[in-house]
Amino acid sequence: MGSLLAFVGSPSAAELLAWSPPGWGATLVAGLWNSILIALGAYALGLAIGIGGAFGKVYGGPVLRDLLEAYTTLVRAVPELVLILILYFALTDAVNKIIALWDYGPIQLSGVAAGIGVLGVVQGAYSTEVIRGAILSVPHGQIEAARAMGMPPVRLARRITLPLMMAAAVPGLANLWLIVTKDTALLAVVGFVELTKATSLAAATTKAFFTFYAAAGVLYLILSLGSTVIFHRIERWARRGQRPLSGGGR
Amino acid sequence: MKTLAMIAAAAMALGTAALADPVKVGIAAEPYPPFASPDASGNWVGWEVDIINAVCKAAEMDCVVTPVAWEGIIPSLTGGQIDAIMASMSITEERMKVIDFSDKYYNTPTVVVAAKGSGITPTPEGLAGKTIGVQVSTIHEAYAKAHFPDAELKTYQTTDEGFQDLAAGRIDASQADSIAIDAFMATDAGKACCEVVGAVADDPAILGAGVGVGLRKGDEALKEKFNAGIKKIREDGTYDAISKNYFASSIYGG
Amino acid sequence: MGAAGPAALVGGRPVIAFLRPTHRRAMLTIALAALAASALLLDWSWLPRYLPLIAQGVWTTLWLTVVTMSLGMVLAIGLGFAQAAGPAWLAWPARVYCTIIRGTPLLLQLWLLYFGLGAFFPQFPELRQSFLWPILREAWPYAVLALTLSAAGYEGEVMRGAFRGVPHGQIEAARAMGMPRFTLFRRIWLPQALHRALPTIAGETVLQMKSTPLVATITVLDTYSVARRVTQDTFIVYEPLVLLAIVYIIIAGLIVLFFRKLEARLPARMA
Repeated sequence: MGSLLAFVGSPSAAELLAWSPPGWGATLVAGLWNSILIALGAYALGLAIGIGGAFGKVYGGPVLRDLLEAYTTLVRAVPELVLILILYFALTDAVNKIIALWDYGPIQLSGVAAGIGVLGVVQGAYSTEVIRGAILSVPHGQIEAARAMGMPPVRLARRITLPLMMAAAVPGLANLWLIVTKDTALLAVVGFVELTKATSLAAATTKAFFTFYAAAGVLYLILSLGSTVIFHRIERWARRGQRPLSGGGR
Repeated sequence: MKTLAMIAAAAMALGTAALADPVKVGIAAEPYPPFASPDASGNWVGWEVDIINAVCKAAEMDCVVTPVAWEGIIPSLTGGQIDAIMASMSITEERMKVIDFSDKYYNTPTVVVAAKGSGITPTPEGLAGKTIGVQVSTIHEAYAKAHFPDAELKTYQTTDEGFQDLAAGRIDASQADSIAIDAFMATDAGKACCEVVGAVADDPAILGAGVGVGLRKGDEALKEKFNAGIKKIREDGTYDAISKNYFASSIYGG
Repeated sequence: MGAAGPAALVGGRPVIAFLRPTHRRAMLTIALAALAASALLLDWSWLPRYLPLIAQGVWTTLWLTVVTMSLGMVLAIGLGFAQAAGPAWLAWPARVYCTIIRGTPLLLQLWLLYFGLGAFFPQFPELRQSFLWPILREAWPYAVLALTLSAAGYEGEVMRGAFRGVPHGQIEAARAMGMPRFTLFRRIWLPQALHRALPTIAGETVLQMKSTPLVATITVLDTYSVARRVTQDTFIVYEPLVLLAIVYIIIAGLIVLFFRKLEARLPARMA
């Protein structure tokens, strides 16, 4: 029993998680920072792909719409882990082959770049659907009225479509942010040192599995709870001037 | 021309051109004490890391130690993400079909460790019906598949995870390199749970001829450099000096 | 959205309508040509040797998805209802649970359960004699546990919204007529909540299937694990991954079809 308490107990845990060596605290936080960086990059890339994809799906021609449909369906059906592996090896290969056409030597994509590329492509498929749904939810009457009054298209997009669309898109986009922060953990399987990998390294080296996995869990929770608070603020700002959401059920 | 410039700029921003000097030496991203394991600051330390630095210095190469997941380390080499593998990878014929090797830099026997008092022997009869753990994609996995057909095989991402499960009692025995097993037996968990039951019968075709530096096929220039480096550190005593910090006797082997 | 897609490939007439536009026929031809090219040009020599193993892996993926999703839904109904209609001392722990599960990666939860619990075992040697041991020493129970707890966390949130979405007038009317509480739950609240949640549950089941590959990291033999093993044995990198992607696409399509059929059998009108 004593060993059980010592296992979970505070003194050794505090030592192991301490900031400076031999504590692993700094390494874990560095891993968390890596996770956040990749998440930010992938999220941004995903948003860019998503906006393009959504507009393509709503306003594009039939071929474009079908191609985008194939893209979103395929990415949403295949596990991220498999996509990470395929893209991790295929992406570097493809980039190198293209570069070779201009006689540049082979480059090595850094782990961060590969992670951002892969997760960005995955996020792009999900963002396309979220933004598309948001665009479609803008009441068409308002757009018609603006056109009838002769509003130019860019001003229309800026003053009517975008603000109304944002309110509908924010919950979905908030969800996608939470998904991407957790998907960064999958990069641990390809050996990239983000928080989950750093935790498993620390745990394997010190044999204090419970301590480290629990600590990593706490760090992830802080990240997701903090993100949720920020997104609530963003949603309230996006919904300013509109009717508040009903509490549900009538 | 503009697209060309944009692609080039993006390429520079994202990666480093292989035209430059650094040789990316891949090690396994999973701890493998005492050869390579991370310390609390995240730096990789161990006998193998020291040898990598010594060989590179002797061969006048600028090496960058790059951790890569063990299960994807050979595709990373052939795909160009790394230039060499120094991750305790044994020289075997199977692997020689795909990659090339330098001269060996160490050779240690393969040993089985089992729970105390289990009566297991490192033979097909001794392991029949038992569960044995090995690391995935290693000579130990190949050997166990070939020589212990009646044993139940469990494969792990790392040798360490196998030892964890051995200590937890989930498996009956584990086959690995004798040095790795010695490191495990030196821990409290190892001493409490298990004992070494002996070396396995030799099978050079599967177990290989020692550990060498993995290289892409046809990369003769790099192979020459690594061979020269290994030879130099063995001759000028650096190899022995490093080994003294970790082991009681030389692990170069016959 | 994907409304025309998979369902169209099953009926007769809808398929013809789907293919009427010229560009669709052109794209289908290109896709089939690409499929044929990959079947002929890529290296599939390893396939016959590994077929039994692949079958085993696919079976594992399937039963893991079905079992953990079903068990998770049972828990989720409880968690969702506790948050929607329960007293604070039930609602609050349920909320905390869902927040923790949804706030941390599944991979971490899986490793915490398998390696974290496993590290406790040497402390209790008596465990090895107990009747629990055959279960504790295998890897798949931890996979089932982690996946079930994860499904419960996510679906609990979905069911919370679904329970609150049932029009309160119906609940009040049933109460006013003196319907016992459990009957009310069984005949009014639960069926309507499930009906509301069905489209989301379909998507969540696909997501659950997509999380099964993670169990390969704790030695469970699923489809992903088999594909990686083929790569490690033969050093062929792309083809096993391509096969892997195709298998998952087929399974995802089957799940979507199943839920479409289910939705078609339920009455379309909701209050």
